[in-house]
Amino acid sequence: MKDEYLKIKEQKQLAPNIFQVKLQGKSIREMTAPGQFVHVKIQPGIDPSLRRPLSIADVEAEKEELTLIYRTEGRGTKLLAGKVPGEEIKVFGPLGKGFPTDAVKSGDTCLLVGGGVGIPPLYYLGRQLAEKGAEIITILGFRKAEDIFLEEEFQQLGKVIITTEDGSKGVKGYVTDAINQLASSYDTYYTCGPNPMLRAVEETAKGPGFVSMEERMGCGIGACLACVCQLKDPGSTSGRKYRKICSDGPVFPAGEVLI
Amino acid sequence: MNRLQTELPGLSMKNPVMPASGCFGFGQEFAKLYDLNKLGAICVKAVTLDERAGNPTPRVAETPGGMLNAIGLQNPGLSHVLENELPWLEKYDIPVVVNIAGYEPTDYTEVAREISRAKNVSAIELNISCPNVKEGGIAFGTHAATAADLTEKVKAVSNVPVYVKLSPNVTDIVPIAKAVESAGADGLSMINTLLGMRIDLKTGKPVLANKTGGLSGAAIKPVAIRMIYEVSQQVDIPIIGMGGIFEVDDILEFMMAGASAVAVGTANFIDPFACPNLIEGLEKRMDELGIDKLSSITGRSSLLCRQTL
Ligand SMILES: Cc1cc2nc3c(=O)[nH]c(=O)nc-3n(C[C@H](O)[C@H](O)[C@H](O)COP(=O)(O)OP(=O)(O)OC[C@H]3O[C@@H](n4cnc5c(N)ncnc54)[C@H](O)[C@@H]3O)c2cc1C
Ligand SMILES: Cc1cc2nc3c(=O)[nH]c(=O)nc-3n(C[C@H](O)[C@H](O)[C@H](O)COP(=O)(O)O)c2cc1C
Ligand code: FES
Repeated sequence: MKDEYLKIKEQKQLAPNIFQVKLQGKSIREMTAPGQFVHVKIQPGIDPSLRRPLSIADVEAEKEELTLIYRTEGRGTKLLAGKVPGEEIKVFGPLGKGFPTDAVKSGDTCLLVGGGVGIPPLYYLGRQLAEKGAEIITILGFRKAEDIFLEEEFQQLGKVIITTEDGSKGVKGYVTDAINQLASSYDTYYTCGPNPMLRAVEETAKGPGFVSMEERMGCGIGACLACVCQLKDPGSTSGRKYRKICSDGPVFPAGEVLI
Repeated sequence: MNRLQTELPGLSMKNPVMPASGCFGFGQEFAKLYDLNKLGAICVKAVTLDERAGNPTPRVAETPGGMLNAIGLQNPGLSHVLENELPWLEKYDIPVVVNIAGYEPTDYTEVAREISRAKNVSAIELNISCPNVKEGGIAFGTHAATAADLTEKVKAVSNVPVYVKLSPNVTDIVPIAKAVESAGADGLSMINTLLGMRIDLKTGKPVLANKTGGLSGAAIKPVAIRMIYEVSQQVDIPIIGMGGIFEVDDILEFMMAGASAVAVGTANFIDPFACPNLIEGLEKRMDELGIDKLSSITGRSSLLCRQTL
C-alpha cells in the first residue's frame, strides 16, 4: 500500500459518461490482484474533501501502467474526467481483498457477470483467468446499446453476451435473463455491479461465486467503520458479525454477506 | 532538548500530535503504513460496556471541506478491547488514550474502572459528545450539571487521568467546561463533531441512514478555534484540541488558541500519512516563525490580546 502521485498517460471517453484513464508510477507493480481498488485523491486541497474509491480495471506491470474506468457521477469523477495527460493525481493502493483465482484450473469455465461500472474490475480478472487457461463467458449488462463499453476487450478473452434493458442490443432484459438462457455450465462465477443486480445474480447463478460490493467510504483501510455490511448468517461464526467492505472485501464469497 | 515535548496529566508525549478517536480504529490498520511510535500518543475508538453494532449505512457523506459521519459508536465491547486491542498496542512505546462511552452512568463507570487498570492505558477520554446515538453520548454533554456528575463518578473509579470530550452542539460551552473542571476532570478534549445533515436530491431523503451525522474536517476548524480560545481562558486544565487539523499551521493555530496538544481525525482519511507528515513538518515551521519550544506558544493568543488592552 503506497500513496503515490501517478502521472496521467491517457484519458479517453469510452461511452456516454464513461471514461478511461491510464496512469503510470512505481506503486502499480504492487497491484497484482484483480478486484482490489485504489483510493484516489482527485486534486490537492479540500475540494473534493474525500477520496474516491475506484476499481483496478487493468494493470500492465512491465509498463507500470494502471487503467481505471469510471462513470462521471458527481463532482469528484467530473473533475477527474477533466484531467489531461501529464497531470498527476495521488493514488493510494492497492486496497482490499480481490477476486480469489487460486482454485481455478486450466480448462475450468468461469462466468463473469458485470453491470455498468461494475464491469471494469472483471476485465483484469478475466485477463488473469484467461492466462490460467480458463474458458471465459462474460455477461455484460447495460441500459441501452450506446452505453456499451469493453465489449471487444472481453471478446478477446472468450464468449461475450450483452444484455440491454431496452433490447437495443443483445438479450433484452437483465444479466439474470442471460444467465438463465446459458446453454453451457460453469465452475465459478464472479460478479460486480449495483446491489439489486448482485442480489439477483446470487439467486440465479449456480455454484461457487464471488461478489464485489460498494459502499461509501471514509478511510478505505478498515479504521473508520464507515463501510460495514452484515453477515447473512451471523450465527455461523463466533467472531465479528460484520464485514468491512474496504478491507475484508470488496469481494466476498457469494452468500456470505447481506447485500 | 526535544522542542516538541508535550507534558499533560498522564501523557508524556514526544510531540503534541495524536490521532483522534474513531478515525484510527485501534491502530492496527495504520500500523501497516508507518511506525506508530512516531505519534505523540494514540487515541482509540470509543469503547462501550457491550459490543455495539452501530448505525445502518450509508454512514458517511461528503460536505464542502468536510464530512458527516454517523458510525454510531460501533465497537467490539469492553472485554474484547481488554483482551485483544490493548495488548496488541503494548509493543508501542506511546501513551494510549481510550475513549469511553455508554448509555448510563454505570456503563461509563464500569468501563472506566476496567480500562483504567489495563497495563498500557495512560488516560481516559470521556465521550459525552457523540451526536450519533440515541441514548448516552451527547445527552451527557449538553447540560453542565449532568456532565459534571458523570465526570465525578468516572473520576472516582478511574486509576488514570480523565479528559472530558466536550460537545460543540451547545449555546455556551464555557459553563460546561467549568463544571467538569470543578468535578475533577484532568483535561478537556474539544471539539467533537457538529450535528449536521444532507439531503439527496434524487430521492429527497437524507443521505445518511441515520438522517443526521457529525460534521468534521477543515470546515469546522474556526468553530474549534473559537471554542478552545474561550474555554482556555476560563479553565486551568489543559486542552487537547481537534477539529479540522490538516496542516502544520493548523496545529500552531490550535495551540496559540489555547490547546496544549492536538488530535487529528478526518485528515487521516484524506492523507493516510497525515499524522507522521504533520509531525515531521513541525520543527521547520517553528524555525520559520521563530518558535523555540512548542509548548511555549499554548495560549499565546489570549496573552497577546490581554497585553494590548
Ligand atoms: C470498492 C469500490 C470500487 C469502485 N469502483 C468503481 C469503478 O471502477 N468505476 C466507477 O465508475 N465507480 C466505481 N465505484 C463507485 C465510485 O466510487 C463512485 O461513483 C464515486 O465515488 C462517486 O464520486 P463522485 O464525485 O462522482 O460523486 P459524488 O456524489 O460527488 O460523491 C460524493 C461522495 O459519495 C461517495 N460515493 C458516491 N457514490 C458512491 C458509490 N457508488 N460507491 C461508493 N462511494 C460513493 C463518493 O466517494 C464521495 O465521497 C467504486 C466504489 C467502490 C466502493
Ligand atoms: C468517522 C468518525 C468517527 C468518530 N468516532 C468518534 C468516537 O468514537 N469517539 C469520539 O469521541 N469522537 C469520534 N469522532 C470525532 C473525532 O474524534 C473528532 O473529535 C472530530 O472528528 C473532529 O476532528 P477532525 O475534524 O480532525 O476529524 C469521530 C469522527 C469521525 C470522522
Ligand atoms: S472505509 Fe473506513 S473502515 Fe472501510
